[in-house]
Amino acid sequence: MKAHVHVMLKNGVLDPQGEAVRHALGSLGFDGVEGVRQGKVIELDLADGTPETTIEQMCQKLLANTVIESYRVEVL
Amino acid sequence: MRAAVIVFPGSNCDRDMAVALRAAGADVQMVWHKDASLPDGIDLVAVPGGFSFGDYLRCGAIAAQSPISQAVVGHAARGGYVLGVCNGFQVLTETGLLPGALMRNAGLKFICKTTDLKVETSASAFTEGYNAGDMVGFPMAHHDGNYTVDPETLATLRGEDRIAFTYSDNPNGSIADIAGVLSDNRRVLGMMPHPERAVDDGHGGTDGQALFRGLVGQFATA
Repeated sequence: MKAHVHVMLKNGVLDPQGEAVRHALGSLGFDGVEGVRQGKVIELDLADGTPETTIEQMCQKLLANTVIESYRVEVL
Repeated sequence: MRAAVIVFPGSNCDRDMAVALRAAGADVQMVWHKDASLPDGIDLVAVPGGFSFGDYLRCGAIAAQSPISQAVVGHAARGGYVLGVCNGFQVLTETGLLPGALMRNAGLKFICKTTDLKVETSASAFTEGYNAGDMVGFPMAHHDGNYTVDPETLATLRGEDRIAFTYSDNPNGSIADIAGVLSDNRRVLGMMPHPERAVDDGHGGTDGQALFRGLVGQFATA
């Protein structure tokens, strides 16, 4: 089984990289991009039957820093 | 005083740290990250700067899971001293020994220069060689030094006098200009600028000497 973990900076945490991407889109002529937030997707290749609670622990302990990041697990 | 300097793959300030500690009179041992315990009788653990594990995932995140990191957490829990500089500060926040997190610099650039810091408190073994309000010049060299912490914790840090150093010109966007913070027992210090790069005339400045002498002095009088 596979799972995707989406890690994003929490709302309210300034994302300077996303802001730089927004500026770059504007300079390419893409008007109306009002905000960009940049995160990451981590693809996990897991033994079948791995419980979601285990994936949750992986996120809490390592994959996300919950001081500044939120995460969402998507089992494929 | 007996000090251990932790070495991760990608550490690059470990030897500078050892030189600074030895110059202040400490007996220094280097400890590889795969070791699960610290040598007996260690008083201070120094977590040096660098790019441990290539900064993969997040700066310091993988190092915080190394076998030695649990030993460092245990050392701190027993009231031992811990100094984390630059990547070492990032590792200490990732282990939870210090609050907050270090994000990408607000201006997105890697900043490498000597920066003016204000000593905010002299009430710690690390800063007792200074007076609160003193200005010191320490080199900084990082891409991810933008300190952030939630408003409640910031209020706690301020209320408990745990902000050790602040930037005079906030080069990286850190909240409340914070360059270094102390743990609640004041024996763990994390800071982004490098005091160990300011301990010799050849470095261009010696403002960091007081930090290391103060630390070693704790044990000279004990």
